[in-house]
Amino acid sequence: MKIGIVRFPGSNCEVDCFEAWRVLGEDPKMIWHQETSVQGYDLIVLPGGFSYGDYLRTGAIARFSPIMEDVIRFAKNGGLVWGICNGFQILTECGLLPGALLRNRELHFICGPQYLRVERDDLAYTNQYKQSDIIQIPVNHGEGNYTIDDEGLKELKANNQIVFRYVTAQGEVNDQGSPNGSRDNIAGIVNKEGNILGMMPHPERVVEEIIGGTDGRGMFLSILNHWERRMKHGA
Amino acid sequence: MEPKVWRSMGLFDDEYEKIKELMGREPNFLEVGIFAVMWSEHCSYKTSKPILRKFPTEGPQVLQGPGENAGIVDIGDELAVVFKMESHNHPSAIEPYQGAATGVGGILRDVFTMGARPVAVLDALRFGPLDEGNNKYLLSGVVAGISGYGNSIGIPTVGGDVYFHKSYSGNPLVNAMAVGLLEHKHIAKGVASGVGNPVMAVGARTGRDGIHGATFASVELSEESESQRSAVQVGDPFMEKLLMEACLELIRADIIVGIQDMGAAGLTSSSSEMASRGGSGIEMDLSLVPRRETGMTPYEIMLSESQERMLVVPKAGKEKEVEEVFTRWGLEAVVIGKVTDDGKLRLLEDGKMVAEIPVDALTDEAPVYNRPSKEPEYYQTLKSKKLDGLRLKDSVEKVLLTLLANPSVASKEWIYRQYDHQVGTNTAVIPGGDAAIIRVRGTNKGIAMTTDCNSRFVYMDPYIGGALAVIEAAQNIACVGARPLAITDCLNFGNPEKPEIFWQFEQACAGVAEACRVLDTPVTGGNVSLYNETQGRAINPTPMIGMIGLIDDLNNVLRNNFKSEGEEIYLLGELNGELAGSEYLAQWENLEAGELPELNLKAIRNRIDFLLDLNSAGHVLAAHDITEGGLTVALAEMTVDTGAILNIDTDDELKTLFGERLGRIIISVAKENRTRVESIAKAGAIPLHHLGVSGGSNLQISLNGSQCLDIPISTYRRVYERTIRDKME
Repeated sequence: MKIGIVRFPGSNCEVDCFEAWRVLGEDPKMIWHQETSVQGYDLIVLPGGFSYGDYLRTGAIARFSPIMEDVIRFAKNGGLVWGICNGFQILTECGLLPGALLRNRELHFICGPQYLRVERDDLAYTNQYKQSDIIQIPVNHGEGNYTIDDEGLKELKANNQIVFRYVTAQGEVNDQGSPNGSRDNIAGIVNKEGNILGMMPHPERVVEEIIGGTDGRGMFLSILNHWERRMKHGA
Repeated sequence: MEPKVWRSMGLFDDEYEKIKELMGREPNFLEVGIFAVMWSEHCSYKTSKPILRKFPTEGPQVLQGPGENAGIVDIGDELAVVFKMESHNHPSAIEPYQGAATGVGGILRDVFTMGARPVAVLDALRFGPLDEGNNKYLLSGVVAGISGYGNSIGIPTVGGDVYFHKSYSGNPLVNAMAVGLLEHKHIAKGVASGVGNPVMAVGARTGRDGIHGATFASVELSEESESQRSAVQVGDPFMEKLLMEACLELIRADIIVGIQDMGAAGLTSSSSEMASRGGSGIEMDLSLVPRRETGMTPYEIMLSESQERMLVVPKAGKEKEVEEVFTRWGLEAVVIGKVTDDGKLRLLEDGKMVAEIPVDALTDEAPVYNRPSKEPEYYQTLKSKKLDGLRLKDSVEKVLLTLLANPSVASKEWIYRQYDHQVGTNTAVIPGGDAAIIRVRGTNKGIAMTTDCNSRFVYMDPYIGGALAVIEAAQNIACVGARPLAITDCLNFGNPEKPEIFWQFEQACAGVAEACRVLDTPVTGGNVSLYNETQGRAINPTPMIGMIGLIDDLNNVLRNNFKSEGEEIYLLGELNGELAGSEYLAQWENLEAGELPELNLKAIRNRIDFLLDLNSAGHVLAAHDITEGGLTVALAEMTVDTGAILNIDTDDELKTLFGERLGRIIISVAKENRTRVESIAKAGAIPLHHLGVSGGSNLQISLNGSQCLDIPISTYRRVYERTIRDKME
């Protein structure tokens, strides 16, 4: 699979994503933000970090990076685009995903383990989990408080676009389970077509036992599985 | 020149006379300003030098000792660890967010300027009590500053330590430590050599911020300090991230001779130190320095402490390549001068000479003071305080819960949850462990790191307290399964012109030196922060120790809590602690006094070696050292997933449960290894006491057959975990 990870000035999880893919046996490539084409890639990862220092607003400047024009074209043509943390913020800024990410409820940065409930297991990104699985994937953000208007939320639900919700260890969806005050405990969503995923938690941080767990591997394996199946069908 | 001019810059009258003598003429205003910062305590170590010379600085593991931007220690496989700790106390007292943020930025530059990619940051913080004055504001500002800078630049903040004590009210300590990794072949140095080689300013532009920061760091804080806000620098982590990537790329391209951070005293110290190390001179035209403000004078340009700037000496003819690297990262790189062979720092403005000073006069010839030292009166008074006959004043449960509700003892999760401690995906032990561990990618090794200093002990007995700071660090390193390698230090003291303070400094450093000798952990560098006083009151002497260690096999990482039922629990070391300097005594008797137990460094070293050997053989399940709050608090910290049942025979209830004494570690081992472990201890004459076994959901302690504590884990975990959060939110 040809995996491209976009490196903006100020990205800081691009190497982590790179290494996580290597742990899974893949050979990803870095894409510099000043490049203009993502042709030939099967998956584009928008990694976490503070692109352009998060100045103005998180993700607000990155969306104007030269590479983003082609990423948007790629996504609209059905290509897999996976935004993690700052990558999710960029996806909402450029309108590929609805809603916005505000400052955390407690107004300061949070980093630590977090329980998520898997809401969909039929996606390119989640087919190795089962619906309602409780997985532990760390969060790390100052602005991860997902917000959307009533109309938008209704639409998200109607189209089954919510992929992950923040929950307690027991799997309850409530304030206690949410680290940041996100609407409806939303931690990750997809577009209607299911090819563009944005999420605040960091699965690339949990792909090896020595660094704190392996619950994130499922996402990488799902994508590979999805790809292999597509290749078979295609052939 | 009017005496008030040099006095206002922080120079003594004798020093001005010496400058005249070295120059052979009256210096001009700019030259005096340059001398003032270079001879400030912060840059020259004029007071501390005679004392620092006594530190052991050599060992087979040391690749670079004190004198460079950071120390370097070998870890095998052609790899090395670069690390250093530095204070940013005064700026943080005035402007906590920027003070702490630029503290992190500065120490990171010291590490990547050596060619290493930073892999971790630690922060040792000291504040006054949270319910007094503006200490809450300082804590939240400092934590936000560290978080704001460290998180954006993408280096994990993995550890440190935090204490609250009234002596830090108004004078908090913010000591940041950075750790980096490099291949031996990429080691870079802060040296300017090769006549005719260009000198380049790279990174951010120069502004008026931070002028006289180094001098500011060398005076006591007063009411007027508030008005010196302009001496606090402003940080830009995004700029630093770009600068870091560009510098690392530059060093690996092998096109430079030397590189140095423009830290304290900015362009002045970086140029003169680089020339001094290279035995050369430097000539710069200040009108070529990229500025972000118009109308800046040569004085302002030389003394600016604008952040995220470096001075680079490329090989001749490589200027264009340097420029290309920086342009790619959106940064400027401009030739501002050249290396000469006349040993002078020569400054021009539009081609016209504005200052010329022998480099030696700024560095080697800086004054050195042998300050008078005098044992303070309090020392014998505290020491002779008799603590015999004290009895437990309340139930064991009440005492335990009260100790856990002390912010110095309680969980620091509210703080470290604001730090990105996982970016880089190498953090094998996250904050909350005894020490942090960063794995070395591509090997099975890990670097352990910690910061420690119990300043109450240092105040009571600086020699013993200084040694104990090193011991505590070594214990923490050993408790995660790593072998102590070397230290950096940040020596925070009051005004050294007072003989009693100087005595504390001298004694504490002697204690640090002795402990480092016994533990084979040489000092590879560090920083001295003197004049930590507000309104004439000094902080507790705080020789902060930043230690690194090496674990050869990450499979042997130890945790600091019991994982399952049936682990056999032992105490390694003396069963009883002492009340002298204990948290119990401070909280229940309102006393910080008594005589600290005599040091037996060799015995403690033996215990650390015993623990490490036992762990290499796979016999240890968990380990945690006993510090503030004594045995009972340590046990409470170890019981998270499972409780424990302890049966202890003792002759002194209070000293067993809440006494403190360094050199004591709780370990757990599997039942089937009991006999083996006990016999190894016996053969090595290591004191080892069997305390009990893990299990249940309570912490139960019986002394001499009668139960004195039986408390559910959830009850004390709640207090432990919520104390700081509840005070802050």
